[in-house]
Amino acid sequence: MPTIDPPLALLAELTHRCPLACPYCSNPLNLERAAGELSDQDWRRVLAEAAALGVLQVHFSGGEPMARRDLLALIGAANGLGLYSNLITSGTLGGAREIDAFAAAGLKHVQLSFQDFTAENGDRIAGLAGGHDRKQRFAEAVRAAGLPLTLNMVVHRQNLDGVPDMIEMALELGARRIEIAHVQYYAWALRNRAALLPTRRQLDQATEAVEAARARLKGVLTIDYVVPDYHGVRPKSCMSGWGRQFINVMPSGTAVPCHAAETLPGIAFPSVRNSSLSDIWHRSDAFNRFRGTDWMAEPCRSCERREIDWGGCRCQAFLLAGDAGRTDPVCTLSPDHGVVEAALQEAEGAPPAFVYRRFSAAR
Amino acid sequence: MDRFVVSDSSVLSFAPHIVFRFDEVRQRWIILAPERLMLPDEQAVEILKLVDGKTGVSAIVDSLAARYDQAPRDLIAKDVTTMLQDLADKGCLAGADD
Repeated sequence: MPTIDPPLALLAELTHRCPLACPYCSNPLNLERAAGELSDQDWRRVLAEAAALGVLQVHFSGGEPMARRDLLALIGAANGLGLYSNLITSGTLGGAREIDAFAAAGLKHVQLSFQDFTAENGDRIAGLAGGHDRKQRFAEAVRAAGLPLTLNMVVHRQNLDGVPDMIEMALELGARRIEIAHVQYYAWALRNRAALLPTRRQLDQATEAVEAARARLKGVLTIDYVVPDYHGVRPKSCMSGWGRQFINVMPSGTAVPCHAAETLPGIAFPSVRNSSLSDIWHRSDAFNRFRGTDWMAEPCRSCERREIDWGGCRCQAFLLAGDAGRTDPVCTLSPDHGVVEAALQEAEGAPPAFVYRRFSAAR
Repeated sequence: MDRFVVSDSSVLSFAPHIVFRFDEVRQRWIILAPERLMLPDEQAVEILKLVDGKTGVSAIVDSLAARYDQAPRDLIAKDVTTMLQDLADKGCLAGADD
């Protein structure tokens, strides 16, 4: 067994509560209610264990992490442990007062989501009236507090044509970085796939716009953009490989190698309620299950990209091919690739209505 | 905002919220940036240790040229400027009076 490197980052999913109802939410379909969330003390212990294990960055996420009243204290605790902290927020709960306090407590960066560049379509996608305007004010507060700002734009067929305007909005709001992230099809997004998957033509136009803006804005705005895996040839290196860099702790305390992993059957995911982060990382069956390359079957096993792609995504293999141990079906070498081609075919038709992410629609 | 262009006369410092530190767990120098970790090589670490918001680029080159006297100063200057420009483009370094 090769040595296991320490994780780089902890994704702290503090809560599933959120004012938004985005139909591509990466949270699971069975949302955790407030009563099932870890306590403030649990999280402080997890942060201390993470720092000792070698974690360098902590991403406070959710749901909407600002729905937790103890967020300020947790940011302070992370900072005190030398963890570099990042807030991933919708910017719809709170404003300048909270942001100033977070900055004073040692927060290093804010990643703020927008659903589109117009209030009309942004609010429609988020299922929240007035959300877009609140986000703009939130962005101003982040910059006023002197914190670096990244805009996160999740893109899909119902907003992808606006990519050039999204980049302009990022410049206007003083962001130094914009992440243009294609929807990934798990959980709510998979349920809404036919409404979200872009056409090939849309995608090519957006990719061209990104490449032109990158050249024009070098040193001014960093644009993170990856072509979506359904339209690609080889799979994404999901989480940079199972159990290689990331540890994700869900609101309930369940620890997973990626936010969607809990959907995989036959794996008992450990909980920080009764295991240390170090035991979870090094010794749990769940984190070792798809670590490295020993688990791979063909065509991955002999593929020259096996330590680049790490077999793609285990959750996607399960969701699309019914077996988490198979090659990610988005890979054109996968024997299951036909299911991806069928979905792309479907995307050329008219999109159905959204199923919004709400507790009432959860299962 | 315009792109910051590194020249001989630039005086640089780490941008606010960039952390350049030694990591005890990995026993190496690291740069922590928003949602990003950079692992500078040995040569870059020696340069970055001289970035203090006071020392100009030409003085950094002088100091390295004195230490590595086999390498021509021009070559060192080119390497240093390229490395610093790359980090400035990534938002890690800024002009000291910005």
